[in-house]
Amino acid sequence: MNNVLGIYMKIKALLVRVGITGLLAVTANTVIMPAAQAEYADVVLNRYAEKNGMRPVIYPHWFHRIRFRCKVCHSELGFEMRVGANDITMGKIIDGQYCGMCHNGEIAWSTEHCDRCHSGKPGLKTRIYGGHGTSGPGIW
Amino acid sequence: MRYLIGFCLLLSMAAWAANPQPPSGGSVEGRTWKPLADDDLHDPGNPALGELQQPGEAMAAFPKDFPTIGNQVDWVRALEQGVIVPRTNIFPDTHIEVLDLDIIMDKTSQMPMVRFPHKAHTQWLDCSNCHDWLFKKKAGANPVNMFAILAGEYCGRCHGAVAFPLTECRRCHSQARRTFTGEYGAQKGPGKPFKPVMQQEVIGINE
Repeated sequence: MNNVLGIYMKIKALLVRVGITGLLAVTANTVIMPAAQAEYADVVLNRYAEKNGMRPVIYPHWFHRIRFRCKVCHSELGFEMRVGANDITMGKIIDGQYCGMCHNGEIAWSTEHCDRCHSGKPGLKTRIYGGHGTSGPGIW
Repeated sequence: MRYLIGFCLLLSMAAWAANPQPPSGGSVEGRTWKPLADDDLHDPGNPALGELQQPGEAMAAFPKDFPTIGNQVDWVRALEQGVIVPRTNIFPDTHIEVLDLDIIMDKTSQMPMVRFPHKAHTQWLDCSNCHDWLFKKKAGANPVNMFAILAGEYCGRCHGAVAFPLTECRRCHSQARRTFTGEYGAQKGPGKPFKPVMQQEVIGINE
């Protein structure tokens, strides 16, 4: 009997957890996210920037996909298709990796234009932004 | 935890999908793009802000998507119609491949089946972006489900993050089951042309 009660309590606790999580997800989708005004798929990179006294980096997918197909960065240049999966540092960029494959003064502007990329508000978290319906998997 | 949230989203998606509705709702008019200074991301005090292109300036003339969807641009049509001509490669010897092959995914319960067009995808992406680490190159060999997609796997790597969002059920679930007479899986011949996203018809549940 105790076992049955125990299982019942566990199921109940699980349902409550699922309910709360669902409520949070719905709240995030309907209340919090539409407030985001960022252009869809804007990526903020702030793992190192602010710690080193620079504004967070904003990477606009829309700007780049007008000029390059996804495959250029995500296949030729080796960017993983997951926010946070690419350990991008200025050292690597200056060495010609990641953004530095193009941002070298030949294909795109060079790294001396710091503020064009380091253009975010202080305190922004590293993630993918954009005010679309589902908030997107990129948020977690 | 990711999967728990995914599960909750899946439940709400199921409720969403059950109601036949226009693909995206909202009016066609009213597409606006926030100036960068007002987007809650860019620092208005950045002296270089004026050197950046504004989204509205760049995208207003592109083929349209609904005002509630992504960048409000039908990116596939923008590319197909030559409105944009994005580069395919940086290195001269990179092999560029576009594959015109539709896959019909039939295990979609009551929802219309999924017609996956390789063409639209390979115009943007390289084969290696999806194969084989994310999808095996064999129809039916991939346990794709909305649960995983909402958690950011499979199609959810891009759809919901950079490609059109997961609220657009019918853009993928576009193949009526009852009238489909062919074999499921890889289709013979060239892929079925898709209309511009704002003209695509909605296939109802159990159709």
